[in-house]
Amino acid sequence: MTAFTQLESACVVLPNENIDTDQIIPARFLSTTTRKGLGEHAFSDWRRDASGQPRAEFPFNQPHNAGRSILIAGRNFGCGSSREHAPWALTDLGLRAVISSQIADIFRNNALKNGLLPIVLDEAIVQELMLRPDDVLHIDVAGNTLRTPDGRRFAFPLDAFARTCLLEGVDEMGYLLARADAISTFEQRREQELAHAG
Amino acid sequence: MNPRTLFDKIWDAHIVVPETDAAPAVFYIDLHLLHEVTTPQAFTELATRGLSPRRVERCIATMDHSTPTLPADAEGKLPYASVASEQQVDALRENCGKHGIELFDMGDARRGIVHVIAPEQGLTQPGMTIVCGDSHTSTHGAFGALAFGIGTSEVGHVLATQCLLQRKAKTLAIEINGPLRPGVGAKDIILHVIGVIGVNGGTGHVIEYRGSTIRALDMDARMTICNMSIEAGARAGMIAPDEVTFAYLANTPRAPKGAAFEHAKARWSQFCTDDGAAFDREVKINAADIRPTLTWGTHPGTAIAVDAPIPAPADDSARKGLAYMGFQASETVAGREVDVVFVGSCTNGRLSDMRDVAMVLQGRRVHPRVRMLVVPGSEQVKRAAEAEGIDRIVRAAGAEWREPGCSMCIAMNGDIVAAGQTAVSTSNRNFEGRQGPGSRTLLASPLSAAVAAVTGYVTDPGVFLSDRIAETI
Ligand code: SF4
Repeated sequence: MTAFTQLESACVVLPNENIDTDQIIPARFLSTTTRKGLGEHAFSDWRRDASGQPRAEFPFNQPHNAGRSILIAGRNFGCGSSREHAPWALTDLGLRAVISSQIADIFRNNALKNGLLPIVLDEAIVQELMLRPDDVLHIDVAGNTLRTPDGRRFAFPLDAFARTCLLEGVDEMGYLLARADAISTFEQRREQELAHAG
Repeated sequence: MNPRTLFDKIWDAHIVVPETDAAPAVFYIDLHLLHEVTTPQAFTELATRGLSPRRVERCIATMDHSTPTLPADAEGKLPYASVASEQQVDALRENCGKHGIELFDMGDARRGIVHVIAPEQGLTQPGMTIVCGDSHTSTHGAFGALAFGIGTSEVGHVLATQCLLQRKAKTLAIEINGPLRPGVGAKDIILHVIGVIGVNGGTGHVIEYRGSTIRALDMDARMTICNMSIEAGARAGMIAPDEVTFAYLANTPRAPKGAAFEHAKARWSQFCTDDGAAFDREVKINAADIRPTLTWGTHPGTAIAVDAPIPAPADDSARKGLAYMGFQASETVAGREVDVVFVGSCTNGRLSDMRDVAMVLQGRRVHPRVRMLVVPGSEQVKRAAEAEGIDRIVRAAGAEWREPGCSMCIAMNGDIVAAGQTAVSTSNRNFEGRQGPGSRTLLASPLSAAVAAVTGYVTDPGVFLSDRIAETI
């Protein structure tokens, strides 16, 4: 994973609440054995009409939104399944951060593992940001703050470990592998306990 | 030692490295379930790093999401929905073969939906930690296990290290007391609970279901309840094991036998919440308040009693949900014309669900407008149901009796609901397009689903069944 320290971008807005993983990437696109190319199918049922033609009004089809890397969405974003295909599809669209007043647990977890920053802010702030999608927001991972063009700063919660991983581009697999000795000790102790209990 | 909750006890027993402010706990996983959709990229990751699975004996794999529910043709070829689906199945077979992971492959008598087969085989046991790349892993919590869904990166972590990085969740007790009304079952209970606490009511929490209503349920019903914990946003759901749990396990192939079973039982019995242990939150529900419950909108929190008026939309999302489903505020879900009925999934694809359906279909016909699919959750459920003649009752009623798999729950395998059609479904998600683009889903119990299939309309099963009892007097 590459290091993630700062981000500056205008926003794409999807105001709907409860945007679930079936909307982010419908199940029929899960029949894949790689992580790549899912962006094309992200929000497929909202982006295209029944005949497969792009809907001009859908934000990700609008030319002025091209290249924007922050998504602002309604409350309870990412609810539903554990499919990591959801953050894969969003990062494949070029997104690096999602702002919402609530983000589902498994989605948040999966997002962080793929360099997609979940940002939870108060509902009132999210509502305000949604009205100004063209504002370029500045996100600082080290300080876990978001800055608006008028200079206001909003702190968002970010687990210390997740922050370190993002800032240093550390991946969790490497961290766990480095604890192989502790894992072996645990396994031996537990087998003894179970043998004793049994 | 201080009194602890069931969750605390399992958590404490699996800490390899304790959590600190700077880092989450390294947390040990006892059982890792795999299926074809969320694993290929994890195996690729392992291969890229030159790693192999740490404890293959703690892994079990099955095929369920992408698999056809129609039988093989004359040449023995299975009707896969796409080349990609078949490739996914092949990829899992190849990965399991390469690493020596036990696989319940196509044609194996133990194959089925991952959350149906592990309990059936006795692999799911009290006090265990269980994960799978699938959010409904919460199902296994019905046995007093801590079981939760993980993403594909984490599937790779567990394969390589048998561990995950975890922060401890908060605890939420949902206590339900009293007898259930006629026509009300486990599915109605959990839909009612989600209606009460909301789709994010459990966020950050592990739920423990408690109370006399829960204690009176059999294991199939307990699994239905724990299954949908994720629909309330919870990380997991669990129920403390008791004699009902032990009796179920005693009849499974992989549970310990003889004296070892008695020892295991004594150990399992400790997995309960101590008197005086505190939960972070508690919710109490009176079973008498639970009516046959379905959903009217596009998330499971829109649960409502079958004959209650749909509330006026409070926000934009509710307005969109109503419009998508073609409902008006103040209507009831009862009376809604139905096109498709689906009985199956890891929520309601077990033998007791098949029996509920057979009870309603026996001697009746499915309404001519309705297409009904009954899909057993596993090969074992299918065989047991067929031994009782349930397949014949289902077919005689004009419904389709299919091969086991996820089927219309996720609509990945070609079993889909057409755009605009209304489906009454015993699955767990009613999101827009979940059962096919433009499909409209009402979540319901097997009883409600079967009654809707027969009448052609959403109908209160309590009323239908009391009429039925009246007929026979
Ligand atoms: S039945 Fe549905 S919810 Fe259950 S594992 Fe299959 S797709 Fe997931």
